Amino acid sequence: MDRIYMDNAATTAIAPEALSVMLPCFGLTYGNASSIHATGREARQKMEDARRTVAACLGAKANEIYFTSGGSESDNWAIKGAAFANKKKGNHIITSQIEHHAVLHTCEWLEKQGFEVTYLPVDEYGLINPEDVEKAITDQTILISIMAANNEIGTIEPIAEIGKIAKAHKVLFHCDAVQAVGAIPVDVNDWNVDLLSLSGHKFHGPKGVGALYIRTGAKVETFMHGGAQERGRRATTENVPGIVGLAAALYKACSNMEENACKMMMLRDKLINGILEKIPHTRLNGHPFKRLPGNVNVSVRFVEGEALLLRLDLAGISASSGSACTSGSLDPSHVLLAIGLPHEIAHGSLRLSLADTNTEEEVEEVLRVLPEIVTTLRDMSPLYELYLEEEKAK
Amino acid sequence: MYSEKVMDHFSNPRNVGEIPDANGVGTVGNAKCGDIMKMYLKVENGVIVDVKFKTFGCGAAIATSSMATEMVKGKTLEEALQLTNKAVADALDGLPPVKMHCSLLAEEAIHAAVEDYMKNHSGE
Repeated sequence: MDRIYMDNAATTAIAPEALSVMLPCFGLTYGNASSIHATGREARQKMEDARRTVAACLGAKANEIYFTSGGSESDNWAIKGAAFANKKKGNHIITSQIEHHAVLHTCEWLEKQGFEVTYLPVDEYGLINPEDVEKAITDQTILISIMAANNEIGTIEPIAEIGKIAKAHKVLFHCDAVQAVGAIPVDVNDWNVDLLSLSGHKFHGPKGVGALYIRTGAKVETFMHGGAQERGRRATTENVPGIVGLAAALYKACSNMEENACKMMMLRDKLINGILEKIPHTRLNGHPFKRLPGNVNVSVRFVEGEALLLRLDLAGISASSGSACTSGSLDPSHVLLAIGLPHEIAHGSLRLSLADTNTEEEVEEVLRVLPEIVTTLRDMSPLYELYLEEEKAK
Repeated sequence: MYSEKVMDHFSNPRNVGEIPDANGVGTVGNAKCGDIMKMYLKVENGVIVDVKFKTFGCGAAIATSSMATEMVKGKTLEEALQLTNKAVADALDGLPPVKMHCSLLAEEAIHAAVEDYMKNHSGE
């Protein structure tokens, strides 16, 4: 059996439809999209077609789409740009405890620059309560930044409700939709968002390219200074191959969204139910149904996540974990701690994220291999030994 | 990110398990930080004749436990007390910097088990 790739929340394989439109941009239509000659105009034409496609997929206008280098840049630009452009109005930002580090670390940096940030808690499923957002708004609040769907536990947030609140209070609303775009329906007007981040490689587009939606009239400072690209708001020679690849991948993802979601949800639920049934002392992290079609996140008690990942890797399965050992710090994932998991259970988390290319056979193989791995690791776990002794004593 | 030796000791850990009649046991680390190591020693005439471990932790934690047991088996208690985390890491052809604390835990677990034995047998 070939390797089983179930880490699609980290990155995806490029769609053939995206790759095929990118390739000519390297050797044939390689012009600088800002040049006025025919070579440049040809590149610009492709880029502007791509912009219209992306806009259509989000319910936006083409001139509200700005291409960037990826999700992190889009988040940085949106949050820092909105904060500095509106600092005369106030200095308060509202976000949540479970945002991606691109948002959290940006907010922490802004705190050092004199801004104040409220990090809203979430419930046991990772859901943000829109009422909490409304209560946190003060006369100083200039920005709300809440993610559409969580990258670790897959929980889909009530963005439309939060958008209504932001609009009613006339506060700018940024949504990190990196995990949502291409996976679930996204409409900037239904959601009332002013700023929205997306990243190409999360939906089978190329890496190194993303976009930021900026609603007409929303005040946002320029982040990258230099040339007049992107209507003077984001310097750097446009990444035309990346941009056309992103648009083709997004078009494909949005055209097949319902069909893909149905298939992935079937596989997702088979995986979740299989793991919970076959392996005792496991729990599902995230919301049971308000979750991304491809996200599985479980905690396996008495074992550590990295050990689980390495064993899966040796068995030919690529997955991910929220354990400290994979985060590069001593603390396990901030998301798992925010939903109330104790440290030792958070350390034993496993994320399997699907694409529409995953198959039922692959799911069955994971369900065959994983219980054996867990048994092996538990057999050498002093925590499991302690648990068995305690059970015996009861 | 891990050396072949680390992966070997992680995939085929040596001396996993418990010793029912162990006369020295040491547990270090805590679940909150994601690593717990438990070492069992069987000591006869001042020599470690058998050693086993159980570890809850990452790949490096399991590999360093396994290597540490190999390094002290058949050694005297004095020799076991001289085991350093660096020696364990070197024997594994090195560890990534963020994983050096795992080798420290392995050293501490061996030392704790030896000290447990010494405490229990101080009158002898």
